[in-house]
Amino acid sequence: MGRITLDKVTKRFGDVEVIPPLDLTIDDGEFVVFVGPSGCGKSTLLRLIAGLEDVSGGQIRIDGKDATALAPAQRGLAMVFQSYALYPHMTVRKNIAFPLKMAKLDQAEIDKRVNAAANVLNLTNYLERRPGQLSGGQRQRVAIGRAIVREPSAFLFDEPLSNLDAALRVGMRLEISELHERLKTTMIYVTHDQVEAMTMADKIVVLQAGVIEQVGSPLDLYRAPRNKFVAGFIGSPKMNFIEGAEAAKYNAHTIGIRPEHIAASATEGTWKGTVVVSEHLGSDTFLHVHGTGLADTMTVRVGGEFDLHHGDTVYLTPELDKLHRFDAKGLRIE
Amino acid sequence: MARSVTTRGKAINTVLAWAVGLLIFFPILWTILTSFKTEGQAIASPPIFLNFDWTLENYAVVQERSDYLKYLTNSIVISVGSTFLGLLVAIPAAWSMAFVPSKRTKDILMWMLSTKMLPAVGVLYPIYLLFIKLGLLDSRAGLVVVLMLINLPIIVWMLYTYFKEIPGEILEACRMDGASLKEEIIHILTPMAVPGIASTLLLNIILAWNEAFWTLNLTAAKAAPLTAFIASYSSPEGLFYAKLSAASTMAIAPILIMGWFSQKQLVRGLTFGAVK
Repeated sequence: MGRITLDKVTKRFGDVEVIPPLDLTIDDGEFVVFVGPSGCGKSTLLRLIAGLEDVSGGQIRIDGKDATALAPAQRGLAMVFQSYALYPHMTVRKNIAFPLKMAKLDQAEIDKRVNAAANVLNLTNYLERRPGQLSGGQRQRVAIGRAIVREPSAFLFDEPLSNLDAALRVGMRLEISELHERLKTTMIYVTHDQVEAMTMADKIVVLQAGVIEQVGSPLDLYRAPRNKFVAGFIGSPKMNFIEGAEAAKYNAHTIGIRPEHIAASATEGTWKGTVVVSEHLGSDTFLHVHGTGLADTMTVRVGGEFDLHHGDTVYLTPELDKLHRFDAKGLRIE
Repeated sequence: MARSVTTRGKAINTVLAWAVGLLIFFPILWTILTSFKTEGQAIASPPIFLNFDWTLENYAVVQERSDYLKYLTNSIVISVGSTFLGLLVAIPAAWSMAFVPSKRTKDILMWMLSTKMLPAVGVLYPIYLLFIKLGLLDSRAGLVVVLMLINLPIIVWMLYTYFKEIPGEILEACRMDGASLKEEIIHILTPMAVPGIASTLLLNIILAWNEAFWTLNLTAAKAAPLTAFIASYSSPEGLFYAKLSAASTMAIAPILIMGWFSQKQLVRGLTFGAVK
């Protein structure tokens, strides 16, 4: 079980309110990602759930029980830190066994669980090594192993992949997703990387300045962002925003169109501009277009073989059914 | 940034380093050499470097005239005792300063350090009077307390620097893992801080061993450590250079040997935190 409910949870540091009263329900078995720019309060929120920070107001319930005043260890949660936070003076085996030792389990049970976790995480051959002798990815797996053995009601991940290089990050992302499929345990995952959020989450919580901007499945957020902030934050490359007369044509203050929802042509289209940079990724090409009179730069995603270069004229045509409309406050108009 | 190091540059550096090292070590070497000379050779002009009649006579005389073992025991009790007492006070202090700092923690640390800038003689009179009142004059216990207090700022500072280097996330992780404060200190903090505590211990034993101002002023015969033992051989009249050297050698030998065997630990302790 791992249903976590936040009820008007508030956090203040001195006079600064980093998290105004916030409500959120995380269902059992869900993979929830907190995403937002740095300083948006996502890590603080995770630490409040973990019990590493005290709430300034409100209530945290875990499986229906009030956990607001419980010590971190009593909440039945396990956490994986950004820095891995392994115990450098202990072997991998002792690192993974530590929470079990603290729980006063007997040695046979500890060995059984440690070996099982090591097996799942491909760490069996490294059990007698110390963290200093492992690579970044292996260290991260040890940290996950230490979390798994406790059989917690929920896992908390605090930007666990940000210290890894790009290739390893993709691999570990898959491993964590697979782990979630296998364990079916609630996972709360904090990241500033919207790609991680989109690929891993059942439910994304977008935060800005301690306030929840939107909660929903990755595709809900992609298809129907509640406001301009979410629209700009979810999706890569970023959504193009157009204000003024062009937006007024659609009865909106601002219209938004994603780069992948614009067709480009060398000969005809709705909007005319000049290619400034054309980024070839092989599978895709990103065109950065100036001089449309709509926005400083329009980004367009076209096919990999698209052959326009710096200085060429390009015509852009938006897919009208994929257009997002926002009012003067930046809120979505349905 | 890489710098090109030429062979010539290396040679110059090596020679320079050795020269500075020898310059610093020379007085000690000269003291040791002098301790094996006769009193006549000790003051010979020009000085004799190695070509003299080596003798152990001075050591025999020194041992005969004064009870070296008594002074040695006092030195050990005072330096080790004051260091351990200091650690007992400083570990909790440094722990709270490093992990639960308040707004004033930095100020307290600076204030503690500032006491080291006060000339010791400035507080000699009040402390002397206190010692008389408390009956601590010429007692080991009194010296243990005074040297502990004198070195406490250094002990706290060193431990604070060490503890600060332990990442907070590791302590948070062990709290998540269910460790109580006691288990956190026993299983995580102490093993991780052992090198730091060891360096602090060694350095403070050396500082306390070499401390002369308080040990000379607050002892007479009973609790006198090796510093007093050396001082008893300095005399305005008569030929005592060789015997003084022998006494000095006997006084510094234990700490020199200890320092030699723990130099790696000491250097690490003194440069800790300088380079990440």
